[in-house]
Amino acid sequence: MNRPATTTGMRDIDIARTKLTGALAETWTTPSGFWGALATVDHKIIGRRYIFTAFVFLALGGVLAALMRIQLAQPEARLLGPDRYNQIFTMHGANMMFLFAVPVMEAVAVYLVPLMVGTRNIAFPRLNAFSYWIYLAGGMLLWTAFALDMGPDVGWFAYVPLSGPQYGAGKRADIWAQMITFTELSALAVAVELVVTIFKQRAPGMTLDRIPVFVWAMLVTSFLVIMAMPAIMIASTSLILDRLVGTHFYNPAEGGDVLLWQHLFWFFGHPEVYIIFLPAAGMVSTMIEPFARRPAFGYLGLVMALIATGILSFGLWVHHMFVAGLPRLGDSFFTASSMAIAIPAGIQIFCWIATLWDGRPVFKTPLLFIIGFIVTFVIGGLTGVMVASVPFDTQVHDTYFVVAHFHYVLIGGAVFPLLGTIHYWFPKLTGRMMSETLGRWSFWLIFIGFNATFFPMHILGLEGMPRRIYTYQPDLPWHGLNLFISLSAVILIAGFLLFFVNVIRSARSGEVAPDNPWDAPTLEWATTSPPPSYNFAMIPVVGSLHPLWSERDTLPVADGLRTDRRELIVTTLATAEPQARDASPQNSIWPLWAAIATTIMLIWSIFSPWAVVWGSIPVAVALIGWFWPKGTPEDES
Amino acid sequence: MLATPLAGCGGNWQSALDVYGTSAISLKHLIILIVAVCSAVWMLVMAALIAALWRGRDARPAPAEPGRERRLTIAVIGAVVATVLIISTFTIMSFIATRALTVAGQDDLTIRVRGLQWWWGLEYVGPDPSSRFETANEIHIPVGRNVRLKLEGVDVIHSVWVPSLAGKQDLVPGRPNELTIRAEHAGVYRGQCAEFCGMQHAHMALLVIAETQDDFDQWAAAQRQAAARPPDEETAAGLQTFLAKPCAACHTIRGTAAAGTSGPDLTHVGSRRTIAAGLFETTRGSLAAWIADPQTIKPGNNMPMVPLTPDELRAVSAYLASLK
Repeated sequence: MNRPATTTGMRDIDIARTKLTGALAETWTTPSGFWGALATVDHKIIGRRYIFTAFVFLALGGVLAALMRIQLAQPEARLLGPDRYNQIFTMHGANMMFLFAVPVMEAVAVYLVPLMVGTRNIAFPRLNAFSYWIYLAGGMLLWTAFALDMGPDVGWFAYVPLSGPQYGAGKRADIWAQMITFTELSALAVAVELVVTIFKQRAPGMTLDRIPVFVWAMLVTSFLVIMAMPAIMIASTSLILDRLVGTHFYNPAEGGDVLLWQHLFWFFGHPEVYIIFLPAAGMVSTMIEPFARRPAFGYLGLVMALIATGILSFGLWVHHMFVAGLPRLGDSFFTASSMAIAIPAGIQIFCWIATLWDGRPVFKTPLLFIIGFIVTFVIGGLTGVMVASVPFDTQVHDTYFVVAHFHYVLIGGAVFPLLGTIHYWFPKLTGRMMSETLGRWSFWLIFIGFNATFFPMHILGLEGMPRRIYTYQPDLPWHGLNLFISLSAVILIAGFLLFFVNVIRSARSGEVAPDNPWDAPTLEWATTSPPPSYNFAMIPVVGSLHPLWSERDTLPVADGLRTDRRELIVTTLATAEPQARDASPQNSIWPLWAAIATTIMLIWSIFSPWAVVWGSIPVAVALIGWFWPKGTPEDES
Repeated sequence: MLATPLAGCGGNWQSALDVYGTSAISLKHLIILIVAVCSAVWMLVMAALIAALWRGRDARPAPAEPGRERRLTIAVIGAVVATVLIISTFTIMSFIATRALTVAGQDDLTIRVRGLQWWWGLEYVGPDPSSRFETANEIHIPVGRNVRLKLEGVDVIHSVWVPSLAGKQDLVPGRPNELTIRAEHAGVYRGQCAEFCGMQHAHMALLVIAETQDDFDQWAAAQRQAAARPPDEETAAGLQTFLAKPCAACHTIRGTAAAGTSGPDLTHVGSRRTIAAGLFETTRGSLAAWIADPQTIKPGNNMPMVPLTPDELRAVSAYLASLK
């Protein structure tokens, strides 16, 4: 980067390398202590926090799953009554979708994307801090309600009229709906940050065709979030209005429409699946390179497949409503579009196999999870093709066949890559390696346990077992398979426990990781493990898709950034040419106050519409504090 | 608990794989075909994956040789083309099968099916008003005839599903739906609500009894009758109790003063194989247990516990069991 004409402040090129890191650390490092932790805007600290919290919710959701499996192991079991069971399966679904799967993907991106594009912090770092606090508050709202026996009991889809004012007594459905507001708010905030980071903060030279596939996947995902989440926020807000102030959006007696809810919910709900799957696909495309020891085959195809999946995902929602009584011709159109999504999925699968075919695979734990992912995700994809067919679906809709299908897609298709991701990027997260032995053990336990648990559910569904039943009668021939499934779940749980043991042990006493333990080609491996607070002492300049492979020894760097204030390089959208030096915000406690004020307003509004009036005052105060001008000069070109 | 004999059908009586209805039989063929093709696809992909991993064991020259890249490209494009062909075939097949699902004739037997928390209200609609009658939770149909179910959601969404006869269809408040079923063989087929509908979603079963036209006509004629007079003193006392207590506010027994409509019609409850939407076989004992404590047996259901003395309980259950 050329030295701009106007030079103010201390620049990185003015000082010696040894002093440079000290000066940068002083500018960027979050002060230690309680207030420092609350006020930090460092994407790495927030990203780690986000990932940790999401895994806590995964474990809690797993406990709920275990309870359901104990209940269903025998017919007419009395461990859980219908009321508790309905809360538990609702909590399991809502928790896994809204508090684990979507947030964990965004959390990984919050940590990794700025490193992978070679910048010093995420765009809108204070919004990032805010989004984490809001996410945490939404999760605590849901779980506190559950602990108080006020957990939602209407399913994670909360169909009206069951969730409406007439049949959903108490505040349970409101808590579900308001939890949606929290998690969607935080998801939208992260999506905006990621889009701007990816569009404007890429390292000089990282043209569109040099962006790592995971970053592409997060870009597409972020756009899906931005376009899909408003549908569910409208749906859940109008549900709260129906319940709180007596509007009639969903009341057929007053001209409302029950199916309107399903359209709005699934217009969000289907893209939601891809909001979870696309990051996972991006992780696989990125991780496969160091373990196949060659570039991923078909970069253009992989990226185009991500974009095509993103676009198609908005045209599939009616396949969740094939038995609701919509016109059959319209249903068939959605059969075609649902089947079509197999094409981009197929392209990716074939490209990954081609990569392994032509590569020299190194069988480390992350690659095991990638292989496990391909094996199971292809099953989930093929059962997806099955349920996309209207006549096929009339027999398996709302049965255990569908439960099997989406667990193959979500666990096989997203959690397997995510676990591989944790093993792979653990050194960058913590500075230590995860144990390979424990990793292999946990992989095999999870892989075998998962298939033994979920594969028989396909058969149960075809044998007539509906979903969401808290028990079944002994004369139905489902007992044997249910017992087998519950026993298999023990293996699956053991695998996850071993994974958590591995994480905790490795974080405390694992082997110290070098900068680039896997000989990986992307930028996050160009800095130390874990990275310093400023990520890169000098911003790298990228000359290829695999900068650390093509320029192994001397990665070129840009200079000219100030060291005495937080600055990062803004580049052009397509060609990533340096455009400006932009100030990056200081730590601030105001995002936390704003999140607390927002939380009070949202929770209060479950009980009274006046909360929106009076509760907005503290929110306004917090936002004014947040945006109070501090005389920081604007961008310098 | 439920020991209803599986008249006519040998194995599973609620299964999409053990089929006795016209539509379920053709759906099973489609399911088997699609599953077979998909299994073959999965095996091919796995074979390619295993071969790819196996090959990699040999040390080979560094990648990115143009000839190898081109061969890989051709292989990937070939696989994508095969995918397009398979899913196009599936789409056309399922479109054709969908059209076959909706065939219905003019002279079909029509039954109005209402879904309620957590039981099924049934009304047989005949050509003239005198031939109509109501019952609950147990559908009788003549074998070999199309039967049109007019589906009405009353409270929340339910979904009627008798997998051995046909695929499912939702009952949506404010939006009437239809489902045509036809049994090819006589037998008792179990179905249950497939859309989550609240507390007792798990206990919302229905039976479909397919029988010969003669048996069906006989059954229908009996159902049209008002309830029989109590045959003895105990049952007469049972009727008195039924009318004096809140029972009659919710249930109808045609031919008596009981005309409530929020619970199932009990005019011929003794003739039905099960009570409480498939929960128990109908016996005097199970009726007594159910009346004595409905909230323990089926927690959350809309039937309150009505305090009765032991004599009253015995009498009411004897009376209901006598309503054949």
